[in-house]
Amino acid sequence: MSPRELLGRVGRYTLLSLVLAFFALPLLWLATAPFDRTPEIAASWPEFTLDNVRELLDNENALRSLRNSVLLAGGTCALVVTLSALAAYALSRVRLPGRDGLLYALLLLSSIVTGTAAMVPLFNLAYELDLIDSRLGVILVLTGGLLPSAIFILKDFTDATPVSYEESARVFGASPLQIVRHLVVPLIRPGLATIGVWSVAQVWGNFLIPFLLLRSPEKSPAAVVMYTFYTEGGQPDLALISTFSLLYSLPVVLMFLFVSSRYGFRFHGGIKR
Amino acid sequence: MPADAAGLGRARAAAFVAPALLLIAGFLVFPALWTIYLGMTDYRLTGLAAAEPAFTGLDNVRRALDEDQFTHSLGLTLQFVVGSAVLGQALLGFAIAWLLRERHGALRRLVEALVLLAWILPGSVVAFLWIALLDREDGTLNALLGTPGTAWLVEHPMAAIIVFNIWRGTAFSMMLYAAALSSVPPSQLETARLAGASSWQQLRDVVLPRIRGHVLTNLLLISLWTFNDFTPFLLTNGGPGDETEIMPVFVYKTALFNGELGYGAALSVLMLLVNLVIALVYVRLLRAREAAS
Repeated sequence: MSPRELLGRVGRYTLLSLVLAFFALPLLWLATAPFDRTPEIAASWPEFTLDNVRELLDNENALRSLRNSVLLAGGTCALVVTLSALAAYALSRVRLPGRDGLLYALLLLSSIVTGTAAMVPLFNLAYELDLIDSRLGVILVLTGGLLPSAIFILKDFTDATPVSYEESARVFGASPLQIVRHLVVPLIRPGLATIGVWSVAQVWGNFLIPFLLLRSPEKSPAAVVMYTFYTEGGQPDLALISTFSLLYSLPVVLMFLFVSSRYGFRFHGGIKR
Repeated sequence: MPADAAGLGRARAAAFVAPALLLIAGFLVFPALWTIYLGMTDYRLTGLAAAEPAFTGLDNVRRALDEDQFTHSLGLTLQFVVGSAVLGQALLGFAIAWLLRERHGALRRLVEALVLLAWILPGSVVAFLWIALLDREDGTLNALLGTPGTAWLVEHPMAAIIVFNIWRGTAFSMMLYAAALSSVPPSQLETARLAGASSWQQLRDVVLPRIRGHVLTNLLLISLWTFNDFTPFLLTNGGPGDETEIMPVFVYKTALFNGELGYGAALSVLMLLVNLVIALVYVRLLRAREAAS
């Protein structure tokens, strides 16, 4: 090995160690504090205990917020998957007037009208429709925001499926809805799974929309309740915060592991899938 | 282009598309258009103007352009986008992808897992992790650096949220550049290496020309996301004072905290315009690439 190669190798490992340290440092606390008898703000080797977990499982407030998160994520996921599948299939198979323009307009819209830029009218809209402090309101707003990208991604999947099965099913007298349910859905299942996981992940971490539209703490999801845990006066309860953070993060981490083991978490052609 | 094999027909196809379009129209298109109208009124959350908002035309936009608070916020947002997305996430993401290329060991999986973890954890969780890390009294960072009593979020708030956002969002750039780098044929790099090109020369002359499209896509997407990111609010609440009041936080405080819905809507319109410019550049590039292939 030449000195130059050696130098290159040393440099490479030094840089990688720095990267590792930078990304690991903030995460240390999440790994240690939940299992520490006396959790502090600094990450330290824990005096191992499971008391914090037991305490959290008795905390009705925390558990309720997780149930709310499940409700919001589940409702949004069901709506997004169903509606985007129907729309993507129809747009893929039938040349509706103005379809291509519509698809580009959707792509544009979904990227420019985000929750932050539209928060004033979204708040007003929910107010006028009597959807303030309603979970349905949050679900509808989130669904509207996610649908364009979902249709866009799913249309790629439906475009790629062969039409011969559909033709023969039609010869045997199947109705279009039956064809979609029994033929198309199984064929594009990977696409549907992608959309499902993606929308759950988006809703699970979303803070702004529920923070904006929900008033009563009984309806707030984990994202908002977590925030109130450390901003509402007094000494923050570190045992509660750390354990709750871990429990609240677990589903997205598991979902991610599932997706990456099943489909491989890589980019195809440079587009987020 | 597959034909209408299921015999859907136009009417039924329209019926399939209608529910999705209705929701998009109601909760995406309509709010966007309504923002424009509200931005031209003096609508407020409470008081006289709440009952009967008056039409004030472009007064709100004029007020925004005159007010220091707006230019201050826009300047901070620019620092935030350039510092954390364009320079931070893109360069660090590329560097990690470059260092890990042609590697398949445990080290690669460990680095990728940690970078991705920062990206997928919920925003309110990572915000607290950073509040704990940067804590004045017992924060891990102060303990490591031997700088007890340094209140990072008060003394260097902008730097803090920029570094935070680099940590939070580098995963996307890393994955995109890893995919892009794997599309560069190894034979070309090999040829360059045999001709005596250094790593830097290989990078500049062989790799960069091939991944230019990916770089543009990456920069546009992360700029758009960072421009609209609300997560710094969880970390600093816009403060101390207005030192980290980036546009999303400024709009939130104006419209919902102070109740000036009309003025807040006008600020949103200005934000939408910036988004529109970024997105138009993106769509144009996408079309150019599709036309080329």
